[in-house]
Amino acid sequence: MKKVRVIVRLRQGVLDPQGKTAEHALHSLGFEEVRDVRIGKYIELELDETLEADKLHEHVKEMCDKLLANPVIEDYEIVEG
Amino acid sequence: MRVSVLIFPGSNCDMDAIHAWSKVLHAKVTPVWHKDHDLANPDLVFIPGGFSFGDYLRSGAIARFSPVMNDVAAFAKKGGYLFGVCNGFQILCEMGLLPGALLTNKHLKFLCQDVNIRVASTRSPFTANLTKDRILHIPIAHGMGQYFADEDTLDRLEDGDQVAFRYCDAAGDASDAANPNGSARSIAGITDAAGRILGMMPHPERHAEAELGSVDGATLLSCIMQHLSKAA
Repeated sequence: MKKVRVIVRLRQGVLDPQGKTAEHALHSLGFEEVRDVRIGKYIELELDETLEADKLHEHVKEMCDKLLANPVIEDYEIVEG
Repeated sequence: MRVSVLIFPGSNCDMDAIHAWSKVLHAKVTPVWHKDHDLANPDLVFIPGGFSFGDYLRSGAIARFSPVMNDVAAFAKKGGYLFGVCNGFQILCEMGLLPGALLTNKHLKFLCQDVNIRVASTRSPFTANLTKDRILHIPIAHGMGQYFADEDTLDRLEDGDQVAFRYCDAAGDASDAANPNGSARSIAGITDAAGRILGMMPHPERHAEAELGSVDGATLLSCIMQHLSKAA
């Protein structure tokens, strides 16, 4: 079994009201060094290793493009291992 | 006119829509379950509001892959008319049939209130019988209704006269204060380039009878009905 992690982030320029709210909350807790907070999604996939590594990576990319992320508003990063 | 109303697990405005189309507008309505493969030969496919698949991942992200959506895409490709409200609008954007996406409301709150929207275009048959700049009083009910698209796409929408409705105040001014959810350029609804697909966040089916506050919604729904009845 292979574990692959996918991190989905709102693209630069897309307003992240949730992140802004968390940023304000951190400031009110006294963490004045906080300059920006962006909140994204963390997705863990467990995959059968029947495919070779390249093909598997290609499949995960396809999963992201088709379903896990919306390219209009989100970027994603695939972290293997 | 024959209207097929799609129903997904988590749809919750389907009965309101069926009521408005059948009892108020006297259209022939067929409810279509998301796993069905028969759209029942409609003139119009109506995608109602709700929280299809619990809004998991992103609103509309899972619904767009329901079996019936292949038939909906084929219907649209053949020149069929699609009307998506709220979650229906989100699904149409996720399918790529309309540009842009719907984000969490700017102030994070779920908004359930009456708003004013202005008819920004009468180009498509969805609004052709309305007067441009007419103000309609229609409710919104959404947590993710902030319309977003990049600047080029927004320019293209405006150049193509594809912005159907904008949020406005009682005087018709699309001011920031009258924009409930932070939508780009106060956009409340758009059509595709051909003018056969409409997506909007406000719920016309909820203001279809005077007893429920206004008939502006019925007036809006009747536009496409008149167009398609004429065509039939």
